Amino acid sequence: MNYFNDLILILDSTVRLAVPLILACLAGLYSERAGIVDIGLEGKLLGSAFGAAAVAAVTGSPWLGLFAGIGVALAMSGIHGLASINLKGNQTISGVALNFLAAGLTTFLGQSWFHRGGMTPQLNNDQRFNPIVLPFAPELAGVPILGPIYSELISGHNILAYAAFVAVPITAFVLFQTRFGLRLRAVGENPKALDTAGISVTLLRYQALIITAVLVGIGGTYLSIAQSAGFNNNMSAGRGYIALAALIFAKWKPWPALLVCLLFGFLDALQFRLQGIRFPVIGEVPVQAIQVLPYVLTIILLAGFIGRAVAPKASGIPYTKER
Amino acid sequence: MTTVNTPSQGLETASASTPAIELRGINKHFGPVHANRDIDLVIRRGTVHGIVGENGAGKSTLMSILYGFYTADSGDIFVNGTKQNITDSRHALALGIGMVHQHFMLVENFTVLENIVLGAEDSAFLRPTLAKARAQLKQLATDYGLEVSPDAIIEDLSVGQQQRVEILKALYRGADILILDEPTGVLTPAEADHLFRILRTLRDEGKTVILITHKLREIMAITDEVSVMRQGAMVKTLETSKTSPTELAEAMVGRRVLLRVEKGPASPGKVMLEVKNLVVADDFGIPRVKDVSFSVRAGEIVGIAGVSGNGQSELLESITGMRDQTAGTVFLNGQPLSLDGDDGAARARAAGLAHVPEDRIRMGLITAFEEWENTILGYQDSYGSGPGLSIAKAKATAKEYIAKFDIRPSNPELKTANFSGGNQQKIVLAREMERDPDVLVIGQPTRGVDIGAIEFIHNEIIKMRDEGKAILLVSVELDEIRSLSDRIIVIFDGQIVGEADPATADEGALGLLMAGVTEQGHSPGPGTLPDHVTPIERNLTEMSPKDNSAKDVSP
Amino acid sequence: MSVRTPLPRWVDVALLPALNVILAFLIGGLIVLAVGQNPLQAVGIMIGGAFGYGLGFGYTLYYTTDFIFAGLAVSLAYHAGMFNIGPEGQAYVGGLGVILVALALNGLHWSLMFPLMIVAGALFGAFWAFIPGVLQAKRGSHIVITTILFNFIAVSLMSYIITRILKPEGVQSDESAPIDAISRIPRLGEFIGLFGRSPVNLTFILAILALGFVYWLVWHSKFGYAMRALGHNPTATRYAGISSSRMIMITMALAGALAAMVAVNNVGSVQGRLILNFVNGAGFVGVAVAFMGKAHPIGVALSALLFGALYQGGQELAFSMPGITKEMIVTIQALVILFTGAMGDMLRIPLERLFARGATESGT
Repeated sequence: MNYFNDLILILDSTVRLAVPLILACLAGLYSERAGIVDIGLEGKLLGSAFGAAAVAAVTGSPWLGLFAGIGVALAMSGIHGLASINLKGNQTISGVALNFLAAGLTTFLGQSWFHRGGMTPQLNNDQRFNPIVLPFAPELAGVPILGPIYSELISGHNILAYAAFVAVPITAFVLFQTRFGLRLRAVGENPKALDTAGISVTLLRYQALIITAVLVGIGGTYLSIAQSAGFNNNMSAGRGYIALAALIFAKWKPWPALLVCLLFGFLDALQFRLQGIRFPVIGEVPVQAIQVLPYVLTIILLAGFIGRAVAPKASGIPYTKER
Repeated sequence: MTTVNTPSQGLETASASTPAIELRGINKHFGPVHANRDIDLVIRRGTVHGIVGENGAGKSTLMSILYGFYTADSGDIFVNGTKQNITDSRHALALGIGMVHQHFMLVENFTVLENIVLGAEDSAFLRPTLAKARAQLKQLATDYGLEVSPDAIIEDLSVGQQQRVEILKALYRGADILILDEPTGVLTPAEADHLFRILRTLRDEGKTVILITHKLREIMAITDEVSVMRQGAMVKTLETSKTSPTELAEAMVGRRVLLRVEKGPASPGKVMLEVKNLVVADDFGIPRVKDVSFSVRAGEIVGIAGVSGNGQSELLESITGMRDQTAGTVFLNGQPLSLDGDDGAARARAAGLAHVPEDRIRMGLITAFEEWENTILGYQDSYGSGPGLSIAKAKATAKEYIAKFDIRPSNPELKTANFSGGNQQKIVLAREMERDPDVLVIGQPTRGVDIGAIEFIHNEIIKMRDEGKAILLVSVELDEIRSLSDRIIVIFDGQIVGEADPATADEGALGLLMAGVTEQGHSPGPGTLPDHVTPIERNLTEMSPKDNSAKDVSP
Repeated sequence: MSVRTPLPRWVDVALLPALNVILAFLIGGLIVLAVGQNPLQAVGIMIGGAFGYGLGFGYTLYYTTDFIFAGLAVSLAYHAGMFNIGPEGQAYVGGLGVILVALALNGLHWSLMFPLMIVAGALFGAFWAFIPGVLQAKRGSHIVITTILFNFIAVSLMSYIITRILKPEGVQSDESAPIDAISRIPRLGEFIGLFGRSPVNLTFILAILALGFVYWLVWHSKFGYAMRALGHNPTATRYAGISSSRMIMITMALAGALAAMVAVNNVGSVQGRLILNFVNGAGFVGVAVAFMGKAHPIGVALSALLFGALYQGGQELAFSMPGITKEMIVTIQALVILFTGAMGDMLRIPLERLFARGATESGT
């Protein structure tokens, strides 16, 4: 067996599978740094996946699908913002409710509109985001070591995937090198510091929510019309929660978040490789055991590393003008 | 003198005699509470003007209106002679009004520089903004003597240094009128002196300083004029040089006030509480109590004096079972106490130790509970024989305490959040004192409590002493320590640095001990503390105007 | 800012939640309209199906039983300050306990089997909730995320156990061996003719008892006092000498035990065997029920009845109006949680103004 080729293939899958996690994770980063807990990431992934697939199927354009996906996420973020910022409600409850809402509405509307038991129609390649072949990729494929890395691993992903990777350094820059980033980090630690300086805490938090929505909307869109060819029931499968755990593990920093998400992607990729393989003593690994790995790993992460990670101080606390 | 961001309005029309601030007929309600009643106030430019009053008198509300944090229901504000409608803090800053809050509005894991530019950045990108600010900061430091390192992280700074950052924030934004809200609550006497020197410099350079405080000593020390507020109204304005603390206290309360509590001599018996070589760490693993040993006898009050943040909180928490010890032993009536674990406090209580905590709202009460539920907090297992709770017995006990301690309102089914600070403290005191403990540990007994209730509480503490209880008292109010204690111990940086007899102790000497100056001559600069000490006041109870909603209006 | 008068208590406890529910239904109705169906007709069919006849009412009560248990599982934890989103998984794993004891003692009369199934189910369900409880207490892991993840893990775990271990030879569908008829908990229809062959069974009585037990536990026991103290103020709880970590772990275990009673209702009676995914969303309904019922047993009972009626009415609707499905119910659930839980205060200010105007009669 050509181990190097195998490795490249697994890494390629890793990248593909990590993309929605990276996007959801960065989305959560902006919210949490601004002091808003977003348990609803899962629902937003699901909702935007549905919106993108539905619109892409009806209009035939993946770009319109992307807009729809982001639109759904924006709407959901709007509700979350209304509930937690303006009405000062409990952010956890609001997030959980949004997740249920997404789960119910997507299947319901899917069934009502397309009559396929909740799925959207199968999309053909024109209606999806397709892999982009980078210049000279086929020509360089023959070059030893570097060739396959370039032509398989780096080239051949769709534009949303590249967007996810580009979003990481952009986030790092925005967060630490701009005025907006400074204020964002401040509002998650001590919103009073900004309020007394005359800066609107509400506006800042909504701005963070908008960025969150855009990122997670791209993530959901990727799930349904880039990675797959349509929406399936509950296709987010807990990725929103995994992204949250990854965020905590990465201590709310962009580059570590990328690494953790890649790790999860790697696990996911491994899942497909391990199916059907017989190990010496254990025999065939049951499919359920592999399915369960990402969740178990998340639990281990949560158990092992909280307590050393210090969340933004004002996280989850609605801001009221009180002395 | 440097003006960095010149205020855009107001100064053009000012003349030498125009007051910096004039308020006419200011009114403010919070629900049914009339926090500011028809207030008239004139603050002259280039003076240090004090505003004094009890907790809940309305002084902070008034200043918050001036700073744009709240809007008045009615009345006019004149800044430098021009009528202004101050809509928000940005507007106030533009008018040259800056505020240094009691609880600092700083982001603790940012640097000094980042905190100063926050909200006043002049470019979308940080690098140029920070560079420019750095230069301006240097200039301000030289002009006003406000030295801080721009790259230091806030949580590593001493409280005095953090306060200087707050002042710099206001000056950086071009403030001409500075409002300081209870600035010395967290400072040693030496740091407070340093602050006053800075304030005098500011005044001499033409700034106007408004000082909100409840400490009469400060008013006498630094202000030129003082205005007294009581129950939302402005009582009178006096020239400081022509008045006295007694006159001010009377104006604050409306009647003659005893500033010292009366007590007879103590007759201490055997040692009831003994602490040996105690070492306690905080939540981050940093030792805050470093090898402390002392004892308290039956029938005596031992007072621990010290600026908040020097380990008193950790000491109290560990003795009462709220924080695990790293090393050392606590003996109660000769028996070692095992206090570790989640439920250490239960064992402390069973051994005869009662605890009135420093922060009643965070530790000593559950404000969402009804009054009777708080009466049994910590002792709930003794109300009911099996797994069931005897609510009847609990309510009966609550009624008993309400009568004995004059707790108002007298309804045990009322939610505790609706009681005023003084009455909440009475609920806690009644609960801890009436169980007939051998040892009573008390932290900040009169924080956020009105002068009338303070008298009552002090008398109850003396009563317990005379009944033969051993009492350990911790307070950041030196006056309280001196008037109540039979013996004073001074704590600094987690260690006992000295003992004093309250009858003969010299306040200056005590102040030096509290600041860590020992006979060896180790003397840190004013406002600086050794590097590893970060006396940040995390436990302050926030008093919002809403706390007055059911306030009693009696002694 | 103008003066705000507080609302009278009946409005706070009854009217405001009722309005929030109506709002949720109105929006649900709009969604129904949007997919081209008639909401009024739908509501009519639903009410008739849920209460109009004995068999239908029996089905309603059967679902209500499940929702009471799940609702209590969430409510109990809520009083201690925790959001338990795990009843779905806790009930599922509870089913394993029920089936194991039932198959081991298959043939035992139901009067003896009933308590045994309760105990076994409770133990398994408690275990599944206990682990997230331990993680929260000892490691600070957020209980919302861990309980949700444990729901996912339960699905895989139980899938493996049912399909690879419990499924008998030659059986096509994914289920365990059946429990003997004599061992199954009898349906209420055997005692009260009105209910016919509907699945509501003696476990319903258990649910009522559970409501009473939880009420006593939370407000009339020392344990409940400690739990509520923790839910309001963990620092004061430590001050009072109450062990927070012990409270968290025990409360979660109790909550898991309550959730597991759903398995008794299903596996131990109606189905008489452990079927793949038998919980079928009841755990999540429990979350909605708990929020709508403000974590109080009376509220939980009423909300559980409402959702039970929704489910049964929904089944009826599925026959008559195929355009609306069970997902509609999930959507309404979500709207209910949103409006009663997170946005519960949305209608408060307009209501306050309304009542203030009524009080002063001057129309300012």
